[in-house]
Amino acid sequence: MDATERPVADLPAQRDGQEVIHLDRVEKVFEVRRRAGLLRREKREVRAVDGLSFSVGRGEVVGFVGPNGAGKSTTIKMLTGILTPSAGTLRVAGVEPARDRARLARRIGVVFGQRTTLWWDLPLLDSYQLIHRMYRVPDARYRENLDRCVELLGLGDLLDVPVRQLSLGQRMRGDIAAALLHDPEVLYLDEPTIGLDVVSKANVRHFLADLNAERGTTVLLTTHDLTDIEQLCRRVMVIDHGRLMYDGEVAGLHRIAEVERTLVVDLATEMAPIALESARTVKVEGPRQWLAFPAGQPAAPIVAEIAAGWPLVDLSLREPDIEDVISLMYAGRSAG
Amino acid sequence: MADPAAPPRPAPDPVDARFGSPLTEGLRTYRLVVAMWVRSTLTYRASFAMALCVAVVANGLDFVAILLMFSHVDRLGGFTLGEVAFLYGTSATAFGLAHLTVGSMDRLGRRIRDGSLDTLLVRPVPVLAQLAADRFALRRLGRITQGALVLAYALTVLEIDWTATRLLMVPMMLVSGAALFGALFVAGAVFQFYAQDAAEVQNAFTYGGTTLLQYPPTVFTRELVASVTFVLPLAFVNWVPASYVLDRPLPLGLPVQAAFAPPLVAAVCCVAAGLLWRVGLRAYRSTGS
Repeated sequence: MDATERPVADLPAQRDGQEVIHLDRVEKVFEVRRRAGLLRREKREVRAVDGLSFSVGRGEVVGFVGPNGAGKSTTIKMLTGILTPSAGTLRVAGVEPARDRARLARRIGVVFGQRTTLWWDLPLLDSYQLIHRMYRVPDARYRENLDRCVELLGLGDLLDVPVRQLSLGQRMRGDIAAALLHDPEVLYLDEPTIGLDVVSKANVRHFLADLNAERGTTVLLTTHDLTDIEQLCRRVMVIDHGRLMYDGEVAGLHRIAEVERTLVVDLATEMAPIALESARTVKVEGPRQWLAFPAGQPAAPIVAEIAAGWPLVDLSLREPDIEDVISLMYAGRSAG
Repeated sequence: MADPAAPPRPAPDPVDARFGSPLTEGLRTYRLVVAMWVRSTLTYRASFAMALCVAVVANGLDFVAILLMFSHVDRLGGFTLGEVAFLYGTSATAFGLAHLTVGSMDRLGRRIRDGSLDTLLVRPVPVLAQLAADRFALRRLGRITQGALVLAYALTVLEIDWTATRLLMVPMMLVSGAALFGALFVAGAVFQFYAQDAAEVQNAFTYGGTTLLQYPPTVFTRELVASVTFVLPLAFVNWVPASYVLDRPLPLGLPVQAAFAPPLVAAVCCVAAGLLWRVGLRAYRSTGS
């Protein structure tokens, strides 16, 4: 069963029976102190998360997006039990994260895109063996999970390599495997494709889609890369200034703000704007032309069409950024 | 597992049933992580042996300074070379044991700065155990070896009237002393929750403390001796119990019973450090940094 083919209608039904993540009016207020004189100190309150409520059903893959400083990381930190909320209630996999951090940790997997949870100086396999023992994963289960991850994430040649010698893409795959060895119910991914090349990104996305389809693992994904969202999630939550701005289907986000990818093509000579059904030419500058098309649509047919009809020299693809979408949302809101 | 028709899991969860109490899990994790680092260190035997020798020699130079001093004087603060060696040996060995087991705690500030403390918080075992075991450095055995050699030298040259009590006092001093220094390492780490570049302050107390205790209390002012007895009770590592072993009056005119207090003082300090650690970690979890 492919997760992306399930009818949208089963979403609410999934939610009321098997709720895995639940937030009710969660707030996080930081008190920032700064020196305002020799001895005087100024106190300032920063409301990083401001009355956030949502729930996620078992087996959902949800994109959690927002600009820098929107409260994404703070929310993830509360959902993993790292931070204690200032107000409101949270439940993840039947556990209250702040109170029962260790019990929660047995049930969740966390991948921080920017830093590794692996032991930096030890070979990858040593890290996995430590996790095996630390999470008390039954031997047979550990073997099975490790073999599966090694195969699907292509880690075979890397197991003896110290983590510090891995490339960013290799390390990310290593981290994802590490987060899954104990069969977590919920997987949090914080920017899992940041800094990865196109092939590594595709591998990671493919693996996550399979994981969700086969194991029913609930995935909460924060990302700047809208293509991650397009290809993995049916539901997306947009957060800004600590509040939920949008919670619904990815398709619905397009209705609010038309998200587009941009194909930049270099032709052999200066030509009239390329006219295609599937993309619109937004800019022409000498032999270079910019074509925009909906982010959910594949690029290959468009490229093929251009290659067939025009003297194509070079091309590049610009992915839409979440900041673009948010600014479009604001623009759409004030206009409508 | 992914069957949407299955009812919610019943209360006593099979996942939780696999785990023991936080203390059990903490000690077990400490052992596992330490074993991993030791294995990894011993992969490069030659390089480890070299590091160990360097550590013994480098620490040994420290004692050479004291030997040089005694080439000019017969006594230091009324203590003979053998007696100073006894103070040096007990302090260095106790500190070495604490340094080996929990010395990695001073990396906490760096971990807070680079955010990697968060990666420890998402694991199902106590953070303290993970942090203490992290980068377990077997070469720190060098300091213990050197301290033990000096102590052995002291015990051969000193003419002590060995009663059973005096004999038992020596291992008791080492164990209690290690626990006292260990508590100091943990308490110092807690300080880093509040001031993240406080590793140097911590070092001043830990490394500074052991250096202080290598000299007789009689060379320091009464105020200093009083503060390391009653405020930061490092005097219980060796000054107080060593006075009994060496058959000398206790510092500050303490009653002789005080010489038997180190295990109690160490236990109180460990509990206090543990409580401080909880407060510090709670503060971190409510502020994020």
